[in-house]
Amino acid sequence: MSFDVAFLLSTFVKLVAAVPMTLGLFACSVSLGAVFALGITYCRVSGGPLLSAFARAYVFVFRGSPLLIQMFLIYYGLGQFPAVRHSLFWPVLRDPFSCAVLALALCTAGYQAEIMRGGLQAVPSREIEAGRAAGMSGLLLFRRIIAPIAVRQALPAYSTEIILMVKSTALASLVTVWEVTGTAQRLISQTYRTMEVFLVATLIYLLINFIIVRLMALVEYRLSPHLRERPVSASDGGRQGEVHG
Amino acid sequence: MADAPVPAISVRNIHKSFGQHEVLRGISLDAQDGDVISILGASGSGKSTFLRCINLLETPDEGEITVAGETIAMKRNRTGSLMPADRKQVDRIRSELAMVFQSFNLWSHMTVLQNLIEGPVHVLKRPKAECIAEAEALLEKVGLAERRNYYPAHLSGGQQQRAAIARALAMQPKALLFDEPTSALDPELVGEVLKVMRSLAEEGRTMLVVTHEMAFARNVSDRVMFLHEGVVEADGAPEDIFTNSESERFRQFIGNFQA
Repeated sequence: MSFDVAFLLSTFVKLVAAVPMTLGLFACSVSLGAVFALGITYCRVSGGPLLSAFARAYVFVFRGSPLLIQMFLIYYGLGQFPAVRHSLFWPVLRDPFSCAVLALALCTAGYQAEIMRGGLQAVPSREIEAGRAAGMSGLLLFRRIIAPIAVRQALPAYSTEIILMVKSTALASLVTVWEVTGTAQRLISQTYRTMEVFLVATLIYLLINFIIVRLMALVEYRLSPHLRERPVSASDGGRQGEVHG
Repeated sequence: MADAPVPAISVRNIHKSFGQHEVLRGISLDAQDGDVISILGASGSGKSTFLRCINLLETPDEGEITVAGETIAMKRNRTGSLMPADRKQVDRIRSELAMVFQSFNLWSHMTVLQNLIEGPVHVLKRPKAECIAEAEALLEKVGLAERRNYYPAHLSGGQQQRAAIARALAMQPKALLFDEPTSALDPELVGEVLKVMRSLAEEGRTMLVVTHEMAFARNVSDRVMFLHEGVVEADGAPEDIFTNSESERFRQFIGNFQA
């Protein structure tokens, strides 16, 4: 196989045109998933036995079954029920993009909820107690002490989940959303040049994830000066100032 | 001092059980403004539990707590056990009683300075600039001015505890509760923390100190309370109680420390 630079370039341009769709799927599903996950985490950690059981069941189902099947069930499955077709939700459920986002969000919510729960559990009870002893309670205690520590604890696992989600958007191609993978498949069916097209697609996913990994690392670095090495007293001035603004 | 009209802290007949085990069996205490009271006792005698009942980190099963004349309103739930009637009141009273913990309990994600201004700014809702100025003065006082931008993980145990004491003072509390403040420290770091506590006592701060430091109890406090199996076994001025206590158990207890 000879290198056809012109073809690679034109493929790259065509696939890059589909990047906004991939990023749209990604951004919508991760943020919607985070909202669902917050609700599930709340049910799990501070709800009664019923809500907690619901949260466990949710996590079990959505972590335990293939995302592809979840997506097929939502896009192809739900439309079979007349009740769904006549419901308020039909405009959303007949649209491939919304269905893909919904499936991705429901699935990541299961994972994100577990990550959030882990983060919350890792908050040292001593630090919570110090907050209580200072007269904090409820939302103030959560906002100032529990959440900031939990977020820091959960961040590494959360980064992994976010990267997985970028890759999971490829599944949306199977419900006719023309994101990067779907567009690549269409190009292949037109050109039969599987290797080159998929290599370019891979490169694009790698680029996206490279940027996301760097961003997450930056956020992590910003939020965790307390986990870094103790500053050396002699060369303190500049570095401490920079770190703590 | 003894006939001041309203005690800073007045605790009546505290009972507390964990399961079948009755840890506190009716303990009372009155602390006037400026009193430094050391609470001694063998481990398991209930002294930390008693201290934690005062700011309701533990909810007592029975008893009454009054801080600067304000009694904490309690009610009974369906199972008959006591619980606070008004969470807001509890939060407010907690903010008036600063606590220093055995393992410091500084907030790990905040610098020393941020730890100090957290309560004043967010609980007491005071202006930030003012709080920072006060916090810096307090850090100066406990010898941590240069460490203000350090995180707790970057400090020694003694420095963390001094920061925690400064954090407690930043709340401008009516009284300070110390829960074994030197027990988690390496022996060579105990001195620097006791020095700070001694200077607070000399300033006339009201302090309840659960401790194993006999020298502190004897030389710094105005009063010593000795708990044994959930009751006050001995109570009095240190010069009396350490030289001729009627309690055989207390004599044994201090004997162990002198040995």
